[in-house]
Formats: sequence, structure tokens, C-alpha cells
Amino acid sequence: MSIMSYRQALNHTLSEELARDPNVVLMGEEIGKFQGSYRITEGLLDEFGHKRVVDTPISEEGFVGLATGAAMLGLRPVVEIMTINFILLAIDQIVNHAAKIHYMFGGQAKVPLVIRTPSGGVGQLAATHSQNFENWFAYCPGLKVIAPATPYDARGLLRTAIRDDDPVIFIESLSLYDTKGDVPEDDPYTLPIGLAEVKRQGSDVTVVAYSRMTPIALQVAQLLDKEGISVEVVDLRSLRPLDRPAIINSVKKTNRAVVIEEGWQSYGIGAEVAATIQNEAFDYLDAPVQRVAGLEVPLPYALNLSQASKPGAQDLKNAIYRTLEGGKRWQK
Amino acid sequence: MAKITRAQKADSAKEKRLDLAGEDTDLLRGYYYQMLLIRRFEERAGEMYTKAKIGGYCHLNLGEEATIVGLMAALESRDYIFTNYREHGYILARGVAPRLIMAELFGKETGVSRGRGGSMHLFDSSTHFMGGYAIVGGQLPLATGAAYALKYQDRKGIVVCQMGDATTNIGAWHESLNLAALWKLPMIYLIVNNGYGMGTAVAEGAAEPDLYKRGCAFRIHGEQVDGRDVLAVREAALRLRKRAEAEREPAILEAFSFRFRGHSVIDADRYRDAEEIKQGRAADPITLFSQQLLEAQAVDNTWLKETAAQVEREVQEAIDFADQSPAPKLEALYDHIYATPVSNMPGQVEAAGWPNNYQKEDSYVHYVLPPGA
Repeated sequence: MSIMSYRQALNHTLSEELARDPNVVLMGEEIGKFQGSYRITEGLLDEFGHKRVVDTPISEEGFVGLATGAAMLGLRPVVEIMTINFILLAIDQIVNHAAKIHYMFGGQAKVPLVIRTPSGGVGQLAATHSQNFENWFAYCPGLKVIAPATPYDARGLLRTAIRDDDPVIFIESLSLYDTKGDVPEDDPYTLPIGLAEVKRQGSDVTVVAYSRMTPIALQVAQLLDKEGISVEVVDLRSLRPLDRPAIINSVKKTNRAVVIEEGWQSYGIGAEVAATIQNEAFDYLDAPVQRVAGLEVPLPYALNLSQASKPGAQDLKNAIYRTLEGGKRWQK
Repeated sequence: MAKITRAQKADSAKEKRLDLAGEDTDLLRGYYYQMLLIRRFEERAGEMYTKAKIGGYCHLNLGEEATIVGLMAALESRDYIFTNYREHGYILARGVAPRLIMAELFGKETGVSRGRGGSMHLFDSSTHFMGGYAIVGGQLPLATGAAYALKYQDRKGIVVCQMGDATTNIGAWHESLNLAALWKLPMIYLIVNNGYGMGTAVAEGAAEPDLYKRGCAFRIHGEQVDGRDVLAVREAALRLRKRAEAEREPAILEAFSFRFRGHSVIDADRYRDAEEIKQGRAADPITLFSQQLLEAQAVDNTWLKETAAQVEREVQEAIDFADQSPAPKLEALYDHIYATPVSNMPGQVEAAGWPNNYQKEDSYVHYVLPPGA
């Protein structure tokens, strides 16, 4: 085991996959000479050259579609979209084309494409640069959407995504890039898409989280442990497909659930999770499912407004208190 | 400024009609046969649509037969073709059996896309027919990417990306051209200019209505050809193909043609004036070609009659095959959503539990599509 940042985990994995398979090609804006806007691809141009690490013009629809077409002929492109806000320029190619091609043509063509992109906000980037759109893609059959929270998961899931024959949207987060964790350096492990993981066992309440909300949930779980509240954290890791059994199994054990996500609440991932719980574990619930999410405003620039709009540890704690106070078993 | 008619434009683009004397008679007969096959296939498809054998939208290649056959005659089997949703003729001319195409239009399991795609989404991997695409311009970045893959893998061959005239107004056109020129990709962008994007005339939608010039901003060579002349199209496509493959230079080919009917089968075609339609139909590419063939004594009337009868039989056989083919199995509804199996996929359980004769009453399928759509 060695300690690796999320950024290093991605960088090393990309490097290994480039070395492993000559059909893997990286594409995106500023990923080569500039070394990547967030340095995920640092050093890869020097190591693999211009054929394998391709700087594209600012042309998201063009190069995402180009990567999709190249994938149909056997390449395995890994496209970086600088931030998820810009993915909207390519959404026709992703939703109307990459997601449809295998099914619509009766299974004759495959689209082994990965689109990596950081979602969510950080550091006063304001309304157009702080959005979460993973639910837009998780809505769409034909896509696989994954959102790992730790360097270990990022490494294992990126390997799987690149070797997978379907279009995979790989959700990252600016605020996760510098987080560190244990990663076995020489172990070529992969992690399956479609499976959540219980990141912490608990008995009083289930917190369902993904991506950057998972470390927040773990931090809150640790804090509440001192208050005698035992929190189980289910890290979704995969948004499509969604690991419904993992959610249900946990709620059957704890009888309470809180769902946290960074994006806007209405029509969010949390709505799908809450609906799943009420549908499949209604009789096990001792309290209504609580949701924690971003406030529904175009994210303002001013520091105080922007901080107030994004969900954090205190919001999660409050939601957990609410669900426990509403329950029958909880005695404070 | 005097208005230049579309017919004049086509004439000015027209190369001198080629002398048939030097041509292989069998090849010429083959072109004629293919053109007629497309013509009758499309006419019968229109008929099947009105009989509700075909659903959704259905766009016909009537009037574009010479463009299609001329293009396909210039291509090699190693080449790839991406088209828009008006594509029945292209996949026919690429050599896919008419019955498999008609079965797709009928929504049957035996169809080229196993009944999952329909008229606008035909596909055949064995002939490198890489799909009909129903979002205007959607196929452009994809085709450009296929050319990128050919270059990356150092393979021979080119990619043809067919589109309609109005597609040159969309962002994907400009982005694709920029990438193709920047990265020197082996491509032909074929614009089938039939004068209208649905009901909007070219000049009402394009600030540069000479569409072949729209590659200038990317230093992409463009030329025009009379799309009603099968040999002129073939010669232009051969030349651009050779250049694309040898020099990895993309090019634009604008082929003028006349759309014999409305945008789709259900379009009442109220926006074109009667004189324009009359003139357009008078220059029928199939009639023109048969006259040329007769004059050059490459065929006689007996051969023309026999060929017409053969085409008629083949199209009827396609319709019968489509009609008698089974619909896809209901339990296969979720097949092919993913190429790599995955845990926790929604729907697997429901589909497995359905009885085979399960039929859902659904007002949606009985809804009458509005004209012009």
C-alpha cells in the first residue's frame, strides 16, 4: 500500500492504460502541453507523445462526437471535459448518439468511450462553473455513470471504465483531487461498475452519498460516533446502474435514511434514492427519508452566499438529527 | 439581381456528360439496375407507410438515385459510410439485401437493426454502413471520428459523411470541418442539396448558399456536381476519394438533386410551386440515364423491361419477407443496452416475467403524426 492523492491515482491509471492498450487515446482541451487544467494528465504527453495524448480545440461537440465515432472503429478514447459545465455543449453527441448506438443498431456497434469530468463547485466559481449534471446522464439508458469518492475507487473504476465496451461518464470533483488514501501501487485490481460500497458500518441511520459527499458523510459519522449515534455510510460509486439492493439492505438494518448530494435537490439523485427506499423498504422505515442537497439558486459569487448554497457537514448532521428525532427508537 | 434558378445552378455545376463509349456495359447496366431498385423500393416503402406497415417517420430517396449509385460506385469495401435519416438507398446500393432493409422498416427482428432502429436508423456492420442518424448533423462528428480512427490505426480507406443541405448551418458541421482539416482526415463530406431543409429553401437558411464554399474557412476543398448524373457523381467521388486516401485531405462534394416528394412520406409539400416540381420531375435521373444507355446501345427496350420486372419481383419479395418476419421478442427488450454486462441493470426482472403474447394497449402508437413532420 502507498498513500496516493486522487489526482495521482487518476494520472497513474491513465498512464498504465495507455501503456497497456495501444487503442487507448486521451483527448481534451489543454491536456497535453498545458499538462491538464487540473494536472490530471501531467507528464503523459512527454511519456506517450502526440498520437496518444491529443490536445483538442475548444470544440466539445466536435471532439466528443469524434471520439464516439473513433470508438465505433475500435479506439478506446478517454476524453477529458475540463469541467462538467462544458459537457452541455456535447450533450447531443452523448445522449443522442453514444448512448444509443449499441442498442439502436441491434448490437452491431460498440462505443468504448470514457468521458472524465469534474462536477460540482469549489472556490467561488459562481453560477456557470459550479454545477452538478451527473443526474442528467444517470437518467439516460445506454450510459454508465460512475462517481468514485476515494483514490482507491477512482483507480479501480477508471481501469474498468477504460476496458468497458460502453460509454462511461466518469464523475470527478475538484475538491477530491487533493484528497489522499491508501492505494496498492502494483496491484492491477479493478472494481465493478454498478456496485455501491458500505464505507462505514453503523446501526442507527444510513447516509447515502457519492463523490465528494462521501468524505463529508464519513467525517460526520465520525463526529456523531462521539455523540453515541452510529451512522452507516453507503457510497453509491455508481449512479447508473444504481445499486438499489445495497441501499435497501442498509436501510433494512438501520431503519432510517438520509441522502446527500451536492447538486440541486429537485429531480436529483437523492429523489431516485428516496423513491427506491419508500418503494422497497417502506415497512422498515422508522422515519421519513431526509434529503440534503444544494440550494436551488444559480450559484452566487459572493463568498457568504456561495457557502450558504452548498451542502456541508452541518447540514448533514442536522438532517440526521431530524430523522432520529422523528423516529420511535431513538432516545437522546 | 436576377434570381438564379436551381436548375441553372445544377447545369452550371454539371460536367460535360460523359461519353458512354469507353464504359463497361455491365457496369452501366448495374448502375441502372441499382437506381431502379432504389426508385421502386422507395415508392413501395411510401405505399407501405400509408398502409401503416411502416411507422414513425419515413424519408425517401426518390430523385436522389443517381447521386447514391454514383457515390457507391466510387467507394471501396474498406471505406465507411455515415448518413442522415434519408438513407434507404445508400444501404441498398452498398449491397445489403432489400428484404433485410424492408424488414427493418416493418420493425421486425430480421431487419438490419433487429427492429430497434427503423427507417431512420439503418446499420450494417458487414458492409461498413455505419448508420443512418436522425438528429440533423449528428453523424458529422461521428464520421469525422471514424476517419480519425482509420488514420490512427494507419489503415487505408476513407469515410463518407452524407448529409442534407440544411445540415451546413449546424454547429457540428463547423466543428467537424475544423477537426478534419486540422488533423488531415481522409473524408468526403457529401452534401445532397435538394434545395430544401424540410420546407426552408437553402438561401433562406444559409448566408452562403453555395454550400461547397462553406469549407473555405477551414481551407477544405469543395466542388459541385450534378447529382442527377450518375457518371458525373462517380467521377467526382472517385477523384475526391483518391485524394482523401492518398493525401489524407478532406473534401466537400455538393450534389444537386431534386426531391420528388415532400420531406417525408406524410409531408403534403405545400411550399414548392407547381412549376418547380414539374421541372424537377422532368429531369428524372433514371429516365435521363435510360435514354443515354439506349442512345449508346448499351441496353435495349427488352432489357429495360426485363430489368423493371426483376426489380419489381425483388421489391415484392422484400415486402413479403418483411411482412412474414417475426417481431422482436418482448423478453429481448433490454438486450443491447450495454455491450459489457453490468450489475443492477434496471428492467431485467420485469422483461423476463412477461408472457410472449403481452401486448400493451397504447394510445401513443395510434397518434396521427402531423403533416410536414
